[in-house]
Amino acid sequence: MIPPAFEYTRPTSVDEAVRALAGAGEEAKVLAGGQSLLPLLRLRLAFPELVVDVGRIPELRGVREDGDALVIGALTTHHEVVHDPLVRAHAGLLAQATATVADPAVRHRGTLGGSLAHADPAGDLPAVALALDAELVVAGPGGRRTIPAREFFVDYLQSALAPDELLTEVRIPKRDGWGFHYEKFHPVAQSWAIVGVAALVRRADGGVAEARVGLTNMGATPLRATTAERELAGADDSAAVARAAEAAAEGTRPSQDLSASPEYRQHLARVLTRRAVLTAAGMG
Amino acid sequence: MTDQAVEGEVGRSRLRKEDARLITGQTNWTDNIQVAGLLHLAVLRSPMAHARITRVDVSPALERPGVVAAFSGADLAEGLGSLPCAWPVTEDIVQPDHPPIAVEEVRYAGDPVAVVVARDRYAAADALEAIEVDYDPLPPVLDLEAALAQDAPLVHADKGTNRCYTWPLATGESFDAVRERAEVTLKRRYHQQRLIPNAMEPRAVVVTPLAASGEYTVYSATQIPHILRIMLATVTGIPEHKLRVIAPDVGGGFGSKLQVYGEEVLALAVARRLGRPVKWTESRSEGYLATHHGRGMIQDIEIAATREGRLLGLKVDLLADMGAYLMLVTPGIPILGAFMYPAIYKMDAYAFTCTGVFTTRTPTDAYRGAGRPEATFAIERTMDELAVELGLDPVEVRRRNWIRHEEFPYTTVAGLTYDSGNYEAATEKALALFGYDDLRAEQRRRNERGDTVRLGIGVSTFTEMCGLAPSRVLRDLRYGAGGWEAASIRMLPTGKVEVVTGTSPHGQSHETCWSQIAADVLGVPFDDIEVVHGDTKAAPQGMDTYGSRSLAVGGEAVHRAATTVVEKARRVAAHLLEASEQDLDFRDGVFSVKGSPEARKTIQEIAFETFTNHDLPDGVEPTINAEHVVDPENFSYPHGTHLCAVEVDTETGKTTIRSYVSVDDVGRVVNPMIVEGQVHGGLAQGIAQALYEEAVYDAEGNLVSGTMADYLVPSAADLPEFTTDRTETPAASNALGVKGVGEAGTIASTPAVVNAVVDALRPLGVRDVRMPCSPHRVWQAIQEARSGGAPAAGGTGGTGPAQSGQSGQAAQSGELGQYGQPGEEGPA
Repeated sequence: MIPPAFEYTRPTSVDEAVRALAGAGEEAKVLAGGQSLLPLLRLRLAFPELVVDVGRIPELRGVREDGDALVIGALTTHHEVVHDPLVRAHAGLLAQATATVADPAVRHRGTLGGSLAHADPAGDLPAVALALDAELVVAGPGGRRTIPAREFFVDYLQSALAPDELLTEVRIPKRDGWGFHYEKFHPVAQSWAIVGVAALVRRADGGVAEARVGLTNMGATPLRATTAERELAGADDSAAVARAAEAAAEGTRPSQDLSASPEYRQHLARVLTRRAVLTAAGMG
Repeated sequence: MTDQAVEGEVGRSRLRKEDARLITGQTNWTDNIQVAGLLHLAVLRSPMAHARITRVDVSPALERPGVVAAFSGADLAEGLGSLPCAWPVTEDIVQPDHPPIAVEEVRYAGDPVAVVVARDRYAAADALEAIEVDYDPLPPVLDLEAALAQDAPLVHADKGTNRCYTWPLATGESFDAVRERAEVTLKRRYHQQRLIPNAMEPRAVVVTPLAASGEYTVYSATQIPHILRIMLATVTGIPEHKLRVIAPDVGGGFGSKLQVYGEEVLALAVARRLGRPVKWTESRSEGYLATHHGRGMIQDIEIAATREGRLLGLKVDLLADMGAYLMLVTPGIPILGAFMYPAIYKMDAYAFTCTGVFTTRTPTDAYRGAGRPEATFAIERTMDELAVELGLDPVEVRRRNWIRHEEFPYTTVAGLTYDSGNYEAATEKALALFGYDDLRAEQRRRNERGDTVRLGIGVSTFTEMCGLAPSRVLRDLRYGAGGWEAASIRMLPTGKVEVVTGTSPHGQSHETCWSQIAADVLGVPFDDIEVVHGDTKAAPQGMDTYGSRSLAVGGEAVHRAATTVVEKARRVAAHLLEASEQDLDFRDGVFSVKGSPEARKTIQEIAFETFTNHDLPDGVEPTINAEHVVDPENFSYPHGTHLCAVEVDTETGKTTIRSYVSVDDVGRVVNPMIVEGQVHGGLAQGIAQALYEEAVYDAEGNLVSGTMADYLVPSAADLPEFTTDRTETPAASNALGVKGVGEAGTIASTPAVVNAVVDALRPLGVRDVRMPCSPHRVWQAIQEARSGGAPAAGGTGGTGPAQSGQSGQAAQSGELGQYGQPGEEGPA
């Protein structure tokens, strides 16, 4: 558990951070809360030449409103997200899911931006960002650009971030009045989800008018259960929700590991989608 | 349990003396030790399970910054003997050579092949990557049954076999004879998965040499400083009197530090060669490979009974995974269980064999319970199976067979004499606390409704043998040492007291408990007592701490030594008070003359008078210090009844423990709070085996559960609120009446939980679930039962390491079930 040697820099502004990243080419890694990067370093699974510690850049922190969107700084810790009144009011799904991340120690160090940029399909927050139709704002040498969540997660541990880009903030459309639920299935409290389902539901007439379903750990990237979402629209009782949830694993290619086979993951995705949507819709 | 009723120190929930320094960071873990000129050792380990080493070149490492030396196995081989195995269980046991560092062949992934010595830990770790090693792969040996086939590849080619030993025991009537007359027979196969001990403090060792005198001080995170000293002398040739071994504060062991490790030898060898102090500290993932594992066994059980549910006989055939080498007590671990399969039950015949098998995996050895959890699991699972077979309540089947309290002392079919116990009382108390009848009623209702979430109830009425051990019994079992324990008490001139113990605590609270015992006997304040331990210079005689032995043997030695101090002091007091010894009362540390209470001397005054030696009786040595070495006449036999209720979500396979009740009888209790802590920790560890933990290897013999992301140690968040209670039947085998509690919770809980899981699923046609009963395995078992497939479902095989496992393991698939093919079926 001894990391390899690396150069270290701690910029104090986004511009400075971007310059440091640009100067290092492909060989730099961004250090935020360190909850993903430090284990990779200590297990000698990552060998960056430069570690750019963005932990002292104040502009990356905090939560604010911007019209119909909530803007969360990339460096905002999980603990801050869970307890932030704006997040709780306008993006309850994110607050609820973030409260299930690892343990209190990790939640005090780990950050929303770090979790998304790490692009681990087993992480809870990428699927939540997908379900929320979040947008990720990144800064690079040429200025800022905005990437929709559905384009951000490219492959296993790969995001659309260029090596010289830094994730600065996450924009989440307010979903006031929508029901939500994150159903996390994990073998022990501190472990990653075997499967997780993030459900957002707009209710009408006691049923589901519209639903967004994000899937954790059902493939190389977080996924949206698009077929199930389509079939959930207009589901007016729990039986209809259950029928729609049967499509939740459609098109997924989940991995095999010590906790689950692909078949079991697909089964769980169906069961957990039904449960998450029923709970989100207040029909459970 | 309140303290109000307690008069003395024993029985009082004293806060631990140890905690102030532990929780304020003022303690001295081995890794904290700094000495001038300290060098750091790092170990390069084999990435392959089995291979011939064709070349090792350490010279590139020497070019790296900060590196002082680097050695291959061949460089260090001279002057180092084989690592010791102190328990050759049979005369014809196969004992392979076990070099502290591999020279010609590696036999498990993690076997050391080279070391680097550098000025800091980082330089040492970096330089390891420069060492060049060529391997010529050999076939791994992983399946216990296949390993015994004629043409199987061999772990130790020079031995011609993978069979380490076969150890038989047959007592009572012939099993075949009772099987003939039995109305019911059942056969079951159980798998004890491999477990990783996970002490909170990783292993660490520091060696400081004193070149001028040839003396070495070895600091080690060990459970056994005394045994380690003897063994290090033997392996390195350094004379025993030139070796001092210190176990500083040690952060847990669970048996994993009851060992003489290659790294301890290597640190000493390198310090000797360089004449410089050397430190080695393992990382967590290194420890997963290189610290011994626990359990690892296939158990074939056959039971014979009458229709009324009376047991006639029991037959047990074990295959035990030794791993690649025999370590300190590796072969003896299953034998510690051999006598416990009959448990608390009366029967006429018992037949047992155990065959130890070499595999190309990390060696196994003691892990909390060591042999007894395996035995208890098998018999308690089988008692539940018998209850189902006969249509009886599982508690009732046990009641029809257990030894009644009026039958003690009772010699079991296996030949042990249980000194005391009251299974009826513990069971009645547990049933009441649990609300057994109400839970059964709820279970029936839910089964009738066809609930998605089923309720299951598991029973475990366990006993164990601990307090290791009568030395002559150990001799008969071919164990290499005795089972005595030493204590001495020094009465200091100022009236303070030092209790020197040969036990070596690593979390058990000996400082607190030994103080309580001595305070009561001597009548001195608890805070006036210091307990000295874990240093072969300061506490030179001891057999150390393991097997729940410390209190029943070491605590008893303290008690006897203190009693002797009082007797010696009485003689001095009688002289000073001009009375006869018989006319003296001794109470609360004060000698007084019967009938004239103003004539008195405190034991502290006697200590000072003895120090000055101005007025002692003629012929009396000027000391009231005393020491005792206790060799127990018998083991102690804690017992208890554990009841577990689980809810199993049949859609997802997830098991949640709804309630857990334990009623333990550990004899007389010195400190109820510490006993409760031991029970809680033990339950957590036993539940972990039932539901969560498994060391998994792939088909090439790589450990794929190699980090805590994949090896699932439960936390408080995963465990229920435990209801713990006790009955108190004093042990007859020691004056304190104590039995030991370190392993009880672990031994009892695993079968209680698995019995509950299977009980929940029986209405769905499931008859067994292999441990750990993970959600995936439970789900598979339900699927297979529904499709009319194999009932003993949930094979370990078929699932590979995580693509998304944040340990970053590469995706693999298709590895073997740990002890057989996936979905393999028992012989039942």
